Amino acid sequence: MGKEKAKSGSLARRPDNSAFKQQRLPAWSPMLTANTVLPFFYFMSLICMLLGVWLLLTVQSTQEIKVDYTHAGECNVCFEIRKNMSNAGESCICTVEFSIEKPFKGDVFFYYGLQNFHQNLRRYMDSRDDAQMVGWKENLKNPSIYCEPFKKDQNGLPIAPCGAVANSIFNDSFTLTYIDSSGTEHKVPLLRRGITWYTDKNVKFRNPKVDNLTLAQVFEGTTKPLYWQKPVYELDPHQATNNGFINDDLIVWMREAAFPNFKKLYGILYRANKPFTKGLPAGNYKIEISYNFPVQYFRGRKQVVLTTLTWFGGQNHFLPIAYLVTSSLILLIAVVLTVVWLKFGKNGKNMEE
Amino acid sequence: RPFNLSYHYANNAIKTSKYNIFTFLPLNLFEQFRRLANAYFLFLFILQLIPQISSLSWFTTAVPLILVLSITAVKDASDDIFILLSSILSADLLLLSSSEPLNLVYVETAELDGETNLKVKQALTVTGDMGDNIDELAGFTASQQPSGQVQGTLTVNGQTYALDNDKVLLRGCTLRNTEWCFGLVIFGGPDTKLMQNSGKTTFKRTSIDHLMNVLVLCIFGFLASMCTVMAISNAIWEVREGSVFTAFLPREPGVDAALSSFLSFWSYVIVLNTVVPISLYVSVEIIRLGNSFYIDWDRKMYYPKNDTPAQARTTTLNEELGQIKYIFSDKTGTLTQNIMTFNRCSINGKGYGENGHTNKVDFLWNHLADPKFIFHDHSLVETVRAGNPEAQAFFRLLALCHTVMPEEKKEGELNYQAQSPDEGALVTAARNFGFVFRSRTPETITVVEMGKQVTYELLAVLDFNNVRKRMSVIVCSPEGKLTLYCKGADTIIYERLHPSCNKLMKVTTDHLNEYAGDGLRTLVLAYKDLDEDYMDDWKKRHHEASTAMDGREERLDELYEEIEKDLQLLGATAVEDKLQDGVPQTIEQLAKADIKIWVLTGDKQETAENIGYSCNMLREEMKDVFIVLELLRTACMCQTVICCRVTPLQKAQVVQLVKRYKQAVTLAIGDGANDVSMIKAAHIGVGISGQEGMQAVLSSDFSFAQFRYLQRLLLVHGRWSYLRMCKFLRYFFYKNFTFTFVHFWYAFFCGFSAQTVYDEWFITLYNLVYTALPVLGMSLFDQDVNDRWSFQYPQLYSPGQLNLYFNKKAFVRCMMHSCYSSLILFFIPWAAMYDTVRDDGKDIADYQSFALLAQTCLLVVVNIQLCLDTHYWTAVNQFFVWGSLAAYFAITFTMYSNGMFLIFTSAFPFIGTARNSLNQPNVWLTIFLTSLLCTLPVVAFRFILIQLWPTINDKMRHKVRKEALPAPAPRRLPTRRISTRRSGYAFSHSQGYGDLVTSRRFLLKKPLKSRLALFTQTDSPLLHFVPVK
Repeated sequence: MGKEKAKSGSLARRPDNSAFKQQRLPAWSPMLTANTVLPFFYFMSLICMLLGVWLLLTVQSTQEIKVDYTHAGECNVCFEIRKNMSNAGESCICTVEFSIEKPFKGDVFFYYGLQNFHQNLRRYMDSRDDAQMVGWKENLKNPSIYCEPFKKDQNGLPIAPCGAVANSIFNDSFTLTYIDSSGTEHKVPLLRRGITWYTDKNVKFRNPKVDNLTLAQVFEGTTKPLYWQKPVYELDPHQATNNGFINDDLIVWMREAAFPNFKKLYGILYRANKPFTKGLPAGNYKIEISYNFPVQYFRGRKQVVLTTLTWFGGQNHFLPIAYLVTSSLILLIAVVLTVVWLKFGKNGKNMEE
Repeated sequence: RPFNLSYHYANNAIKTSKYNIFTFLPLNLFEQFRRLANAYFLFLFILQLIPQISSLSWFTTAVPLILVLSITAVKDASDDIFILLSSILSADLLLLSSSEPLNLVYVETAELDGETNLKVKQALTVTGDMGDNIDELAGFTASQQPSGQVQGTLTVNGQTYALDNDKVLLRGCTLRNTEWCFGLVIFGGPDTKLMQNSGKTTFKRTSIDHLMNVLVLCIFGFLASMCTVMAISNAIWEVREGSVFTAFLPREPGVDAALSSFLSFWSYVIVLNTVVPISLYVSVEIIRLGNSFYIDWDRKMYYPKNDTPAQARTTTLNEELGQIKYIFSDKTGTLTQNIMTFNRCSINGKGYGENGHTNKVDFLWNHLADPKFIFHDHSLVETVRAGNPEAQAFFRLLALCHTVMPEEKKEGELNYQAQSPDEGALVTAARNFGFVFRSRTPETITVVEMGKQVTYELLAVLDFNNVRKRMSVIVCSPEGKLTLYCKGADTIIYERLHPSCNKLMKVTTDHLNEYAGDGLRTLVLAYKDLDEDYMDDWKKRHHEASTAMDGREERLDELYEEIEKDLQLLGATAVEDKLQDGVPQTIEQLAKADIKIWVLTGDKQETAENIGYSCNMLREEMKDVFIVLELLRTACMCQTVICCRVTPLQKAQVVQLVKRYKQAVTLAIGDGANDVSMIKAAHIGVGISGQEGMQAVLSSDFSFAQFRYLQRLLLVHGRWSYLRMCKFLRYFFYKNFTFTFVHFWYAFFCGFSAQTVYDEWFITLYNLVYTALPVLGMSLFDQDVNDRWSFQYPQLYSPGQLNLYFNKKAFVRCMMHSCYSSLILFFIPWAAMYDTVRDDGKDIADYQSFALLAQTCLLVVVNIQLCLDTHYWTAVNQFFVWGSLAAYFAITFTMYSNGMFLIFTSAFPFIGTARNSLNQPNVWLTIFLTSLLCTLPVVAFRFILIQLWPTINDKMRHKVRKEALPAPAPRRLPTRRISTRRSGYAFSHSQGYGDLVTSRRFLLKKPLKSRLALFTQTDSPLLHFVPVK
């Protein structure tokens, strides 16, 4: 009412007297003064140092062993066989031995690692069909054009799962054996399930659902990817529910790595039985490898990684060291700033006009 | 009785609007795609439709493109409507006949030259005699080029008559005191003198715009070189690595390393396109629009007297207001109010109207007094009413010696039409002091002297001209007493005084000096009693001379010289050419801000100088006053330059000259149509919406009611706009370069395959949603110090003039900073992630998690950078910053949710990434580390800069923190200068029209009575010249 009154009459066009329109909004105008900047720097230096030390201790508490088996020992034979594309169907098994000096306590994680394998190439990453793998039936028989040239085989049958990513799945398999001090061999039990993100296993990857049909029947009319030995519905011979698009190894592989050197989870130590209830005991181990994946094409390397974890993840020393370095840099800067301030800024002479 | 010379009106319409409803969409789209930025957008969009090249989904470009286009279209549409409403049209006419005696037409040419006094135009006798039977006219006009003077001939009934400027009514004139007139349209539309003179309307762009265009071109070059590097690297990679990787990723048919490298070039054009800041243009427009609204909304630039708020009519020039180096100002109506007030006088050696009297004189005793007249010295009224003979003679002279036309519509309501406002002021003064000039005929002047009506016989008018610099009348009082009354410039009158006046002369001279020191315009008054015999003789000779065929002027001058001598000094008047409020203070402030002020005026040197002194522009210590038009170098070294006798076109030329040779930002301010050309020529045109019509305002970029608002416009709005714009640009470039460079580093890890680091949705929304509002908030609200401090320290304005806040160097600094930040933003997450896993052993070094980590780091870092740049934290800023971060997380979690994936499977493949990686401590530790490493060096660097080389802004901000708000500076009392410089020009520049007033044919047609101004502006595209009778 009052506003309307003011708006009428001879001052009809007078602008409102609001803080916003008159640019008088209450505001906080901080400034970089010595009182705030210098304590902040010292404080940050301290924080970084504490974090660095803490992280370093955490990372040091983990244990990790990497075994490169690309052409280690007898695997060299397999490496040579794989060089020739025509031997692709031929199986080759080799064994690599290693020993660990200190027992790996707690959960132990078994990874396979690849080096110089570019899962992050644009065309490679695009070459998949999420709609097919989430189980949409129309995409099962008619995969996305992005899967080219792994969309259909020579006979025109749609490939399931289609695309270069699925086609190039890592297909070495491992059997880890512990040789105790008496020479007895214990097969190290590995949990091969539960190695994927929950969301991947339950949402992103699902088998096409057709009532009263077996998985094999559902996939009828599709063909396996070019490089695969087995169709997707027979990937896990031991566990029927681990077949199709929801196979754990497939899901792990389908989560493309950001960088050309990466490792992917293969299994987790099953600790129910002796002698593995506390983790991996110290001693000699051997890995029997079904050597299938050819790396010579991309001058790559393959390795097996065994590691224990903390809340901080695996054994990556970068962050702790980076924090320590940052801490000392900040401290250095803080000292320089303090000197500059004491010399020039303290008496306020520099602020005189 | 309409008389339609329609065949001449054909082309009078001036098209000033660009679109109509139907052509708007296609034309506007075409216009928009002609803009470099939008064409680039379209080009990108087309590139993305090629599958081999497309490195991003189509929506990453389409969404911003559509948004940009629609915002610009809306803005264009509203601008266009604005133009349509503002068109004023008429034409140049050849005057044929009019309702008035002698076929006179009274016109006001305020729109053309800024002078509000009336001018007289006279029609050709041959056409004038036709009167309103003008239908008989069968003529032919031949005229010269419209640009020059009107010269031509009119052929009527086989006879040819010469035409000149006096017979032409120009477009923009207003008829006064004339009931009707007939005219022949000789120039229409764009050919009219006004249009020819008003200079070309050019699309104004700010210097930041020009810089931005240069930078964008540089960025294009930079983009091309980045893409070339990528393409070459891709070729090498394809040969060395890609060729052996074909087992897993076969090449597309026909694509070899070379072609792949070529495709990769274009793919990287798409990926890295964000270095070319397209959304910048939109944001810049929005910021300018916002800052324009602040001008519209500013109460301190609102003039309550005529309810006029300031108006930013062009919304694209704001930041240039913070960079003004030269101001070109009109005088009349801009610095001055164009109101002359009778301020002081010296009668018979006694000065009246001294400063210090506060209460107004009451003129109620005089029922004919002008209620608007204000005088403060009571003693003068008392003197006059007491019957002091000198005082009475003084005012009698003022009431008799002039060429003013009275107008009395109602009994007692007198209205004077004066040739110059000075004269009007003097006659009005006489009126209020009891000598009311009531009416005139060619032979008589009727004056009401102290309530008694007296009719003087007017024997002769010795008119004013530039050489004589004086004017006299010879009148015979009813008692038969013959008197010559004379007023004029002091030097001229002093030469003609009777020696007996010497003593009085000295005292009067002291008074005159005092008046001149105050910047008043002075006139000296004198009279002489004539004896009858001499007068008879003189009259005879005068008649002979005025009818003589040759040497008429010289003979008349001789006669005048002869009679105007041995005068008796009466006194002197001082008329104040009233300055607008606060002009001297404003000029002082602007001078402190290192802005040079040039006054361009049509006035004579003396008047112009006078104003210069009274506005503090010229001070006594400034010795040399140049009259400069060509000596640009000299002129530019001066703090103040006054150019006199300048035509409208010359005004524009002066502005152009400075623009061209000084490369400085110029501002022109004026109020009349005569300033239009200069307003259009300058970088920024400011119109004063005053009495002189709307022409100046309509062609201006900013308008307000008072000159003094200029300091607020420049020192507050301009400075802030510039500051904000520069901060915005620096930040915007930083944020986009940082964003883009991360892709560049990632290329070295992904085989130069044009894989993006971030999620495509993030790329789409980064500029539009995640970072749009915080930076807008900063560039709409930021202030370094508030407005009162800005006024207190006008030197804060100088960084703008020197282009310090944003220039090529600052741009390069931005790029270096971005480069550093992007290195941190890529390599820290890379090193932290490439060999690590989640706390449950599952993947976190996958592409999607890394993308999420990289984009989160980026967003946090650019937001912290924004916080460092913001100096003025309002609640809105806080809301925008925190809101944007919150929106980012909300949108991210939504887009990565199960629902979105199951509905739009292929559009949102990042399902679950946010949930699975943002719950990891090492992810947050990485974000924290990158933020620290990106921010702390900046803080340290700035801190050192402030300590070692503080800028004026830093100093002021420091001061603000320590001191309370400064009290508004006390208004200094104007200092009295004693000066010998005077101007005695209470006359207009041109020859007076005394001869018309006394002409025998004066009453030939009609008695002079109630005249109506009927010639008013119409808004119709064609001026229908319909005489009303």
